[in-house]
Amino acid sequence: MPMGKLVERLLQLVPVLLGVSVIVFLMMALTPGDPVEIMIGDQNVTAQEESLLRQDLGLDLPLHERFATFLGNAVTGNFGLSFYHRRPVMDVIAERLPATVELSLVALLLALVTAIPLGVLAAVRKNTILDRLATVGSLLGVSLPGFWFGILLLMLFAVHLHVLPVSGRIGFSSEVQPITHFLLIDTLIQGRFDAFLDALSHVVLPAITLGLPMTAILMRVTRTSMLEVMRSDYVVFAEAKGLSRHRILFRHALKNALIPTVSVAAIETGSLLGGNMIVETVFGWPGLGRLVVESIFLRNYPLVQAAVLLYALTYVMLNFVADILYTTLNPRVKL
Amino acid sequence: MSAAADNAGGAAAVSDRRESPFLRNLGNFAGNRMALAAAAVVGIFVVLAVFAPLIAPQDPNETDLFRRLQPPVWMAGGDWAYPLGCDGLGRDILSRIIYGARVSIFIGAAVILLATTVGIMAGLAAGYLRGWVDVAISRLVDILLGFPYLIFAIGLMAMMGPGLQNIIIALAYKEWVIPCRVVRGETLAAREIEYVEAARALGASRGHIMLREIMPNILSPVIVVSTIRMAHVIILEASLSFLGLGVQPPTASWGSMVADGRAFILEAWWVSTFPGLAILLLVLSINVASQGLRDAFDPRFHE
Amino acid sequence: MTDTASRPLLEVRGLRTAFATRNGLVRAVDGVDLDVRQGECLGIVGESGSGKSVTFASVMGLVRSPGYIEGGSIRFEGRELTGLAPSEMRLLRGRDIAMTMQDALTALNPALTVGEQLTEVLHAHDGTLPRERRARRIAVRERAVEMMRLVGIPSPETRLGNYPHEFSGGMRQRIMIAIALACRPKLLIADEPTTALDVTIQAQVLDLIADIRQELGMSVVLITHDLGVVAEHCDRVMVMYAGQVVETGTTRQVIADPRHPYTQGLLNSIPRLSMRGRRIRPIDGQVPELIDLPAQCRFFGRCAVRLEPCKAEIAMRAMAEGRMVRCVRAGEGEP
Repeated sequence: MPMGKLVERLLQLVPVLLGVSVIVFLMMALTPGDPVEIMIGDQNVTAQEESLLRQDLGLDLPLHERFATFLGNAVTGNFGLSFYHRRPVMDVIAERLPATVELSLVALLLALVTAIPLGVLAAVRKNTILDRLATVGSLLGVSLPGFWFGILLLMLFAVHLHVLPVSGRIGFSSEVQPITHFLLIDTLIQGRFDAFLDALSHVVLPAITLGLPMTAILMRVTRTSMLEVMRSDYVVFAEAKGLSRHRILFRHALKNALIPTVSVAAIETGSLLGGNMIVETVFGWPGLGRLVVESIFLRNYPLVQAAVLLYALTYVMLNFVADILYTTLNPRVKL
Repeated sequence: MSAAADNAGGAAAVSDRRESPFLRNLGNFAGNRMALAAAAVVGIFVVLAVFAPLIAPQDPNETDLFRRLQPPVWMAGGDWAYPLGCDGLGRDILSRIIYGARVSIFIGAAVILLATTVGIMAGLAAGYLRGWVDVAISRLVDILLGFPYLIFAIGLMAMMGPGLQNIIIALAYKEWVIPCRVVRGETLAAREIEYVEAARALGASRGHIMLREIMPNILSPVIVVSTIRMAHVIILEASLSFLGLGVQPPTASWGSMVADGRAFILEAWWVSTFPGLAILLLVLSINVASQGLRDAFDPRFHE
Repeated sequence: MTDTASRPLLEVRGLRTAFATRNGLVRAVDGVDLDVRQGECLGIVGESGSGKSVTFASVMGLVRSPGYIEGGSIRFEGRELTGLAPSEMRLLRGRDIAMTMQDALTALNPALTVGEQLTEVLHAHDGTLPRERRARRIAVRERAVEMMRLVGIPSPETRLGNYPHEFSGGMRQRIMIAIALACRPKLLIADEPTTALDVTIQAQVLDLIADIRQELGMSVVLITHDLGVVAEHCDRVMVMYAGQVVETGTTRQVIADPRHPYTQGLLNSIPRLSMRGRRIRPIDGQVPELIDLPAQCRFFGRCAVRLEPCKAEIAMRAMAEGRMVRCVRAGEGEP
């Protein structure tokens, strides 16, 4: 894609990003009640600390100035102090971020690896038992409440069968040196296969739970797209050439059929962000999602605000990537 | 090659009597047995919700510590008076599920109604009036779409605090953009069609045109989309309740019931399982029914 | 005498192809007989819905659900095709019988290079190529370049790596022809080869087909709705209407002295210089629905000279050797 167009599209994002920031800011600023009091809660604070906090938060300044400060700080990654952790918010978030990213990536991978072959198969064997099963499966996939499904999986595999662990990211006995902060990678790099398996067993259930709705959607998209492609003129022409089924399917059809799948995957990855909170809570996964939920109950608003902003920005960027992917991959779409 | 089949389609269209397309589509929907069955299930839930006090065998909030974690009727120690067992406080699960239907359906319906109303108005305005109105609304839609759903709702709930009213507002806040987009698209297409031109030529006011001419014709897709979204909203509400951000105890909400049961997954699987099953059943039925609706109303499905 | 020279290359008898649609059974091809002789060019004329394309899709075995061949016989080089297994049919397609489609833009896969789409048919069918992989690739590439040159694509060596959308409409049609002819088929079925092209390009493409036909001694079936094309390039002509053949004969016979009212109508509705000052007379009415057709002449509703006997099933009447008309009036005012 030509550089100029890319930059142009990026610039179009700016007002959206700005708007998102405004909303996040307003959400916090318009909280009823005194945020400082809410934040302090039952903790013992001196009057001096309290007024310092008030000043720090700039609560005495007019709204637009506060927003400017907020924005300025946000750009540098300064979201203030997490009162509860007594550390900068950004540090706390950065600490928990890799766990969430790792979980999301594994879920995404699982979804792609399952949905695409299933979708292709369902299309090729349209209206057979397999196809009907796949349709039912995908309907179930979007109708299952994630939190319930996760608990069900836990009950089955962890409690009854004792095959998989109940919670957490890795067992206590495994001490792993953090390099990339992605446990699955770090354990492999260091040759700790026992730890790798341990981490794997911990991530399996949450990843399945998180990725289920996405798998269902991607399967349907792939199936529909494949059916459409199989009906297209170039597939008929390929048949008229006497090519083998294998070649037609994999060389002619698949390439074109996967385009919608890829762009939907990019968009749906964003919804994984939301699902994170639920799944991490159910499985006790030490990631950002669970942190946010906890912080809400602890009234730790600076952290919630920072996390929401981070999520929103990521989501906007993901949609952007989906857009770009779709236009670049689709050879017929003229930019 | 498909010209022959096209020809056949032409035959069908020509020989149809002049009936309202809406009714004909409804007829198509009725012909789809799965969808009809699903709609019936949804209807059952609605009945449960409305007549909960008459149907539920027990008081959903009555605690009885002697019945704590009592198993369902088909297991040892079960009791027909408490068919699905009791939760950690000895409350009847079946009754709580029935009352929980009220919460889910009420919130789902309220959110969809609110969102659709706002969405239709905004979409009509944006699509028909264009100009700065369109730009402003479209920008707002883009920005709101920049939030993953749950995050936005959670953020709002965090700020506003839990409670029935707040959930409805929080969910509707993001939900309205979806019918808005649909309506805007349809309006943009519709305004070019002749009957709008005719109305304009006859001197009809803009408001009149928007309401009387355009709206009836865009209702079909909006209805279809709204039913699909309803399922989504119900799951969202349950998720929020699960996290503790939904309706507060002692009101029974399916989501919070599942959350309560988490502590007992080792010894009393029924506490979490049955409420979740209820959610699954309701949402699945809505999805199947709305799928049927979409198939019935989608012009591409008619040869 | 049954030597191959006198036996027709393609013999179709009583072909019936139907589509099971929601509204009923559509008999797109209802009792078609035709012959294609060695080295001849047969023109098939008819409007949309006449069954001309479906007939030859049936010959190629490309009719897909909900369509199916109801009955009849298709013999290619004396061999019956209707019962053939798909794998055997695949050997025939592209190698002995080739087809081009109306719109080269949709018939060529936008995601694959032109070179690949050309070479794959060679890889699939050509037994004369060397076995060893590298030698095979070189040989195939040479052949591809040769084909491109044959159809008149300039600098073929470089253009093999281009994608379909990087060529003009006329070039794409040529490429499609190159692909169809790559394995030197005995029969080329060209479905509306000129409909999507400008008039000047039309002439070039048709001349190209004629040249190659002469060079290879190939038989050609030209499916078109354009009588002008037929007049210039075809030896014999077959007119189809509503799934049936209504008139056959040599081009000269049919064009100069059309016997079926439909053919007469077609010729009358072409604007010609000789008609200057007179009004063009289009044919009234529309093609009938193909479901539940009454057992009578299908042109009845639009015929200006219909009679009572036309209300029964009309069979083809032979007027002379190879000259047949489906009309009760055939044979009137004759020698």
